[in-house]
Amino acid sequence: MGPATARAAGREHRRLTVVHQGGQRFVRGWSADGGKLGGMTETAIVAEGLRKTYKGVAALDGFGLSVPAGTVCGLLGPNGAGKTTAVRILATLLRFDAGRVEVAGADVSRQPELVRDRIALTGQYSAVDGSLSGRQNLVLFGRLQHLGRRAAKERAEELLEQFDLTGVADRSATEYSGGMQRRLDLAASLIRAPQVLFLDEPTTGLDPRSRNQVWDTVRKLVADGTTVLLTTQYLDEADHLADRISVVDTGRVVAEGTPDELKARIGADRLEVVIRDQGRLAETAALLSRVAGAPADADPDTRRLRVAVTDRVDALVESARALRDAGIAVDDLGIRRPTLDEAFLRLTGHRADEKELTGHRADDDTIVNGEIR
Amino acid sequence: MTTALADGWVMTGRYLRHVVREPEQIILYFSLPIMFTLVFGYVFGSGMAVGGVSYREFLLPGVFVMTQLYGLGATATAISLDINRGVVDRFRSMPTARSALMVGRSTADLVRALIEMAVLLTCGVLVGWQAHRGIGMALAAIGLILLLRLALTWVGMYLGSVVPNPDTVSLIVFPLAFPLTALSNVFVAPEQMPAWLGAISQWNPISATVAAARELFGNPGLGSDAWPAENAILLAVVWPLALIAIFAPLAVRRYRLLGK
Repeated sequence: MGPATARAAGREHRRLTVVHQGGQRFVRGWSADGGKLGGMTETAIVAEGLRKTYKGVAALDGFGLSVPAGTVCGLLGPNGAGKTTAVRILATLLRFDAGRVEVAGADVSRQPELVRDRIALTGQYSAVDGSLSGRQNLVLFGRLQHLGRRAAKERAEELLEQFDLTGVADRSATEYSGGMQRRLDLAASLIRAPQVLFLDEPTTGLDPRSRNQVWDTVRKLVADGTTVLLTTQYLDEADHLADRISVVDTGRVVAEGTPDELKARIGADRLEVVIRDQGRLAETAALLSRVAGAPADADPDTRRLRVAVTDRVDALVESARALRDAGIAVDDLGIRRPTLDEAFLRLTGHRADEKELTGHRADDDTIVNGEIR
Repeated sequence: MTTALADGWVMTGRYLRHVVREPEQIILYFSLPIMFTLVFGYVFGSGMAVGGVSYREFLLPGVFVMTQLYGLGATATAISLDINRGVVDRFRSMPTARSALMVGRSTADLVRALIEMAVLLTCGVLVGWQAHRGIGMALAAIGLILLLRLALTWVGMYLGSVVPNPDTVSLIVFPLAFPLTALSNVFVAPEQMPAWLGAISQWNPISATVAAARELFGNPGLGSDAWPAENAILLAVVWPLALIAIFAPLAVRRYRLLGK
């Protein structure tokens, strides 16, 4: 089955997925052959009621997820929410206490070898052998995935080319820049075209250019039929890449939907106006309330006013006209959709620590030796 | 099974490439035994004689064994780095045999040990050391030294999987290795130590292999009539096997626990 058919199957399945309240999901429409459609599963990742406890602390507590084949699912949440734990369980690296997990059509606890044959994982840190060159790394990982010597070498050359690493192919990976290391890491994950690719915070600590390269690669992969599960604490990353986002908090999925759906759940769009003269704030607030039919907030410090609107275009046109007629000088005027930051606050009832959700930090919730650090 | 062997062999190649790509580490690595040979052999050698024979003849087998002991540090560091840098996670998420990492590391360590032995034997001959009982006995001595190295490799792999940070490995290995050599028959006779230290020294696995190597190389020994000294060759086989029996399961268990 070609990628296009796989993608069509994925889309078809999207319509069959029924999402219930409270993070519990049930997938309908499994075909008779156990969810497989000509070797490709309709739903690439299913997790139900996952529970994982470390030393009495629940890292995952009823975590559920369903990702249609050929789509990108974003796991969004602050540090310690359980994203990395979930990915490690899905990638067969970690055992779990309760629940059911199927990845690429195989049961993670009963057929881990089968799962490993069909997945690839790129973690938060570049998981390559720093003492070896980029080329040697790719050949090594190819050989360890049972490619023959020549096939591994040929594949390595292709990937070096594709990831723009040919020029540094013989240098030790430790000498690579952060972006190059991450590209090498991603290339190592793609040696055997995985059905499901796990990306655990793939752009943490990357400069914008390298980040865009990673994003482009992910888009191409998905276009070719790969299913991607992406964890991120960057809202814009989830917004840009993910078909659907699962918001994770304290070990469970607290909300799920497309980026737009999630934003819509936060409430209406808003008209925002910044006026030049602070003295006319009250007058402007009254004017905007009248146009929008809703009370307007005003912030004297920033001279910014906000009002909820229902019809975006009408609100924009009419408020612009009213402001001009009243002779109020305007510095900025526009319709704003709620940000995912605001979405997160609304969905979880607490603000994701700003540093955690938007800051570009390198050290995140990592589990080494099976312990949360 | 064939897959496991093939994966182990690929991993062996990986660790051997490290040697080729980082030759400066090998040079650093040899500085210690060569220094010991020169310093002890020449500076003290003239003033210290054991049973009226050359101290250098006496010392060299000890230096050979001691070098293997310090090799444990490189093993532990490599495993710890692999775990901490997430390379092990990548291996574990691939259809690679789970045994590949440790099988590969221990095989690569044996190859390294062979190279090291070649360098050390050459240095030994250059300073006047000789094997006196023929090639067969010499090979037997080398075999026992390599057997100890294999055991130490498993100790190192266990240490590397327990220590949370690669940087602390070297901090642990030296305080562990130094007393083991000092409290052995490498430099002085256990009989010259206080009784309780002497007993530790007699039964030290390092002493067993050193005494066995001296015997098989035909180098002067200590002439001790204590049981461990009389049965050095037996102990030089039993001790490493016992260490492997203890540390191999422990290391494998640690590796499995990564998934807990």
